Amino acid sequence: MSAPTREPEITSTVTPHPPRLYRATEHRLGAGVAAGIAEHLGIPVLRVRVAFMVLLGLSGLGLLLYAAFWAVVPPRPGDTAAPPRRDLAQLLPFVVIGLGVLLLQVVAFDSVGAAGTAGWLVAIIAVGAGVIWHQSGPERRRQWGDSAVPWLGAVVEESDRRAFVLRFIGGGVLVAVGIIGVAAVYSPAQNFDAVLNGVIFALVGLAGVGVVTGPVLWRTWNQLRSEREGRIREQERAELAAMVHDQVLHTLALIQRNASDVKTVQRLARGQERSLRNWLYKPTASPTERFAAALEQAAAEVEDTFAITVETVVVGDRETDERVGALVAAAREALVNAARHAGVQTVSLYAEVEPEQVSAFVRDRGKGFDPDTVENHRHGVRGSIIGRMKRHGGRAEIRSEPGEGTEVRLILPITGSGSTAERDR
Amino acid sequence: MSEQEPVEGAAPRGPLRVFLVDDHAMFRAGVRAELGTRVEVVGEASSVAEAVTRIAATGPDVVLLDVHMPDGGGRAVLEAMRRTHPQVKFLALSVSDAAEDVIGLIRAGARGYVTKTISPEELTDAIRRVADGDAVFSPRLAGFVLDAFASRPDAPVADPELDQLTNREREVLRLLARGYAYKEIAKELFISIKTVETHVSNVLRKLQMSNRYELSRWAADRRLV
Repeated sequence: MSAPTREPEITSTVTPHPPRLYRATEHRLGAGVAAGIAEHLGIPVLRVRVAFMVLLGLSGLGLLLYAAFWAVVPPRPGDTAAPPRRDLAQLLPFVVIGLGVLLLQVVAFDSVGAAGTAGWLVAIIAVGAGVIWHQSGPERRRQWGDSAVPWLGAVVEESDRRAFVLRFIGGGVLVAVGIIGVAAVYSPAQNFDAVLNGVIFALVGLAGVGVVTGPVLWRTWNQLRSEREGRIREQERAELAAMVHDQVLHTLALIQRNASDVKTVQRLARGQERSLRNWLYKPTASPTERFAAALEQAAAEVEDTFAITVETVVVGDRETDERVGALVAAAREALVNAARHAGVQTVSLYAEVEPEQVSAFVRDRGKGFDPDTVENHRHGVRGSIIGRMKRHGGRAEIRSEPGEGTEVRLILPITGSGSTAERDR
Repeated sequence: MSEQEPVEGAAPRGPLRVFLVDDHAMFRAGVRAELGTRVEVVGEASSVAEAVTRIAATGPDVVLLDVHMPDGGGRAVLEAMRRTHPQVKFLALSVSDAAEDVIGLIRAGARGYVTKTISPEELTDAIRRVADGDAVFSPRLAGFVLDAFASRPDAPVADPELDQLTNREREVLRLLARGYAYKEIAKELFISIKTVETHVSNVLRKLQMSNRYELSRWAADRRLV
């Protein structure tokens, strides 16, 4: 009878007064509750088991007690490594005894009241919950405890086939009991107890359905989500592949064909670089709406047309209007002049948006010229840059010395409503 | 930093010892070939871990550092080396000139930042400048810094001495962004080249040490820190 007494040496380090009632892992038939109690009280285990069976007759009290002990009493520590030894054949006589007790009760008392029904239901639910609770490992239980809804994990988690089958059977039993209960309660006379019972049975049925379908729903939802993520990834990949194919590969092919033409190669490479860079880093903005985008578009056009590099730096940003558009056009003209006449590969374009003014500077280090010697019939500088800035209330300065390069300074004061410089570039 | 002249009075000494960190072997080979005999390439590394051990072993003057690498990138190398080897100078050499990459590397302690489209002459010049303790500022980098300081709030900040760019520094940055070389800035502002370099170095130092709240907010907005 008595299992070899073991001192709870493991838990003694954790708690000063360890509980001395444990579920037995040896000589057990069910969860080891009866054997544990027998060992604790020092009485034969048979008496405990019979006592449970007799209590079963009192509205399932035995079952309820057993489930309660099962849930509350921990298994004996240190015995987890021992393989569970269960003699199922020995279980049979006790099942027979239990059925006999039930039969006796039905024959002798001939009725089961609402209180009795409720007791049985609670007992069944407790056992069902116990099944779900205990068929999982302790470490998994700890894992559930960490999550926001501990019991959700117990219900929905997909552990292994055996656990799933167990849950399925447990849930199925609950569903069957619920449906049978609802049918049994609603068919006889309509009284308050019957309604109460019906509600209880319906709840049991719902719980059963939840237990059964929970994992399936959870799995389906997970599948849908991962599928959607996969589709999005695939779409992004396809977009990237299309971009690489349409632009990069074609540019590389053109570069191979024009390998001897340095200027063409540079222009192609520069254009491709800009396009990739924009694609990777730049937030897209409409050149018709934002100053920085408009300026960058103008610089890109000049780069492509004249096969030069425009080093564009724009500090701050704002919305465009007619006057700011004029500044962009003047800057573009200055870039074109630099590309055409300066004879350089690189031109700097710097623009800054300040609360009170917008300014742009176009600088090259090329040949330079003497502004006084520009002939009167050349309208590029005078009309497109100086005149345009003047018309819109700004000013343009051109500073150039032969051999030192040229800088065009465009300054546009901002007044009134448009003066809020936005810096959300 | 195009067309920046070499530092005044930087006497040619023994070849500078340069270390390359880049995860693309082809690019390393290209840089090595371009640098040729102008500097001495003492080693290469293709990953963060390799870079940390090999830089410590070879002790170069300047490390050319790629920004984007697997397992942490240039920033991880900088953070690992900065305390143990303060004498090693880092020059970021990247294909990206996105603001967050540039400012992030500078804040981690790089002394300069150039893009991979730079010409060999300019790269050599930048390496020499960094080895001499100066900053290498590209017009674009100056633009990013100005951008960061552009939207000033009305409230004054606590420690203006340390935190704020002085007007002069801002002026220097602005000219830098407009494409002026250090020499031209000096001429334009009637100051010496050394003063220009001091201003630029101060900007760099402030970028690293600044607790000015707009800059941190700016960085936070772009998830730099």
